[in-house]
Amino acid sequence: MTNNGTPPRTLFEKVWDNHLVRPQTPDTPAVLYIDLHLVHEVTSPQAFTLLRERGLKVRRPDRTLGTMDHSTPTTPRNAEGIIPVLDTLAAAQLDVMRRNCADFGISLYDLGTDKQGIVHVIGPEQGLTQPGMTIVCGDSHTSTHGAFGALAFGIGTSEVGHVLATQCLLQNRPRTMAVRVDGHLRPGVTAKDIILAIIAKIGVGGGTGYVFEYMGEAIRALSMEGRMTICNMSIEGGARAGMVAPDETTFEYVAGRPYAPKGEAWDTAVSAWRQLPTDDGAAFDNEVVLNADELTPMITYGTNPGMGMPINGFVPDPDNMGDVSQRTALDKALRYMDLQPGQKLLGKRVDVVFLGSCTNSRISDLREAARFIKGRRVADGVRMLVVPGSQQVKAQAEAEGLHEIFKAAGAEWREAGCSMCIAMNGDQLQPGQYAVSTSNRNFEGRQGKGGRTFLASPLTAAATAVNGVISDPREMMN
Amino acid sequence: MEPIKQFSGRLAPLPINDIDTDQIIPARYLKVTDKNGLGGACFADWRYEADGTPKPDFALNRPEYQGAAVLVGGHNFGCGSSREHAPWALLGAGFKAVISTYFADIFRNNALKNGLLPVVVDAETHRQLISLAEEDPAAEVTVDLEAQAVILPDGRSVQFPIDAFSRYCLLNGVDQLGFLLGLDEHISAFEEAHPARVRTTAS
Ligand code: SF4
Repeated sequence: MTNNGTPPRTLFEKVWDNHLVRPQTPDTPAVLYIDLHLVHEVTSPQAFTLLRERGLKVRRPDRTLGTMDHSTPTTPRNAEGIIPVLDTLAAAQLDVMRRNCADFGISLYDLGTDKQGIVHVIGPEQGLTQPGMTIVCGDSHTSTHGAFGALAFGIGTSEVGHVLATQCLLQNRPRTMAVRVDGHLRPGVTAKDIILAIIAKIGVGGGTGYVFEYMGEAIRALSMEGRMTICNMSIEGGARAGMVAPDETTFEYVAGRPYAPKGEAWDTAVSAWRQLPTDDGAAFDNEVVLNADELTPMITYGTNPGMGMPINGFVPDPDNMGDVSQRTALDKALRYMDLQPGQKLLGKRVDVVFLGSCTNSRISDLREAARFIKGRRVADGVRMLVVPGSQQVKAQAEAEGLHEIFKAAGAEWREAGCSMCIAMNGDQLQPGQYAVSTSNRNFEGRQGKGGRTFLASPLTAAATAVNGVISDPREMMN
Repeated sequence: MEPIKQFSGRLAPLPINDIDTDQIIPARYLKVTDKNGLGGACFADWRYEADGTPKPDFALNRPEYQGAAVLVGGHNFGCGSSREHAPWALLGAGFKAVISTYFADIFRNNALKNGLLPVVVDAETHRQLISLAEEDPAAEVTVDLEAQAVILPDGRSVQFPIDAFSRYCLLNGVDQLGFLLGLDEHISAFEEAHPARVRTTAS
């Protein structure tokens, strides 16, 4: 029992219970109220069409926010001051987004405006993402916002329609998994390496049906950016949501942001947020434990984020896989990647280095990479793209002179957007090219048809860009 | 939505684990504002060469699997991106059900909302269905939603789980939004008791 006499509950249970419009019954899922609905151009058009067909309004435009990020160009304005969208389909999709937001009274961070950016970067940055909230978006990386102790998860377009029309979702209660990371990270090892190690351990389906709560000393020691990187990739372990209990680090990050509560409202909010962490004795349905002291920089070798290993490791051999279906999967992945079992990835030539995406495009990611690249040059024959997660990140980076460091090193400095993470906007790999990427998915063709992706941290990406071959950042950090 | 009670159809085998929605429909096909017409993009990168000619060895291109209604995928079908274009593309390609040992959560939800049945079977049945599809492409199974069962050609019936509410909606051809809209009073009461902390329209 807790001191107010209620049974101990997890962070997830508290947020869930606080948002129940109607509890689950044997015949119907729970009806969950959604505090914040983020909307982007790719997964919303059909939902707005549904609303129009049925003559419905958006119930709470004041709890809805639109941005453009996926099919947007990251090239600067041209001489006429126009941002050139190369593709007519993408241009049409952006126009539909503008019209939908205008018709239904939704605020939109339009392309070319100063708050535009990747949906999971702008929410936290504006202070819209706050502890204890329920947040959804038609985008699987909505899990990012869980770093604040919010329950945040991706939904499909039908569900986008449900939330637009009713501000509610029908949900069956997920199970909970404690993901505990003890110990301390060594220099050169980052939040990205923690999450890649977790996914390598549990596999891409290991979290299916669960909400993760990340806990332990190593998680507590992370900045909000680091926690976001980890929660972001919860979905890559199969979990729709990942959460971190809010603490002083969280409050400090939220304080003073445009939508953060002010004055007395701030104090009220913080005292409510302090009630959210998991109570002593609350039970989880499952648990995974890692020790940060043992972690090294991680890299993926295959075609899903679970196919990852320490950077100085060797590509596994399908013949050593006990299970036939796993053997087939690994064999298929290595053929796609054109890698040999037993091969070392260190020293392998790459064509492209991509620093960006909702996983690693925040100011701290850019600072970390810039500090590393300063005074060095991107190797000949390597294309490095640096794509800030939002226009605010870009402005901040420019105020600190980071863009000059990247440009002097020979990297491309771009406008904000998803860019080569999803390759919908023309930023893409050519068939057969290899990239080290700070994004979250190494699926076949994800960064361009036929392109091959190694997922890694911004530090590993920077070290690789400088050497032109996959490199361990720890060896260059003195 | 049309009610779904039961249907029979042939199987197509795709025994690959962790098929992600980027494979089911690559991102470059997502620049649409409609849900129809995506069947041609289904598994596009596995199905077609760069010049658009079909890859002859890909199962779904083989003549014996044309018109199959039930796709048998590997474990953890539909992981990755939340794109509902994935079930739209599978439906567009003529599938009415996908069978696997388990599905990624978002894909399963999306499929159920569009009348594409995600059918979960045990590993042994899954193996048998893959063999059946590979060895006897003409064999038909029946998917009976009312009974929550797949009926194999030998008459054996295998139960599958589905949540009561999705089953009700599919059997009756009603969509889930109608149910939520009917809760207007509950929602208003909740809103009254829980004022918004942030307002996106105030800037
Ligand atoms: S950066 Fe990549 S993963 Fe993140 S929202 Fe954009 S496309 Fe999705």
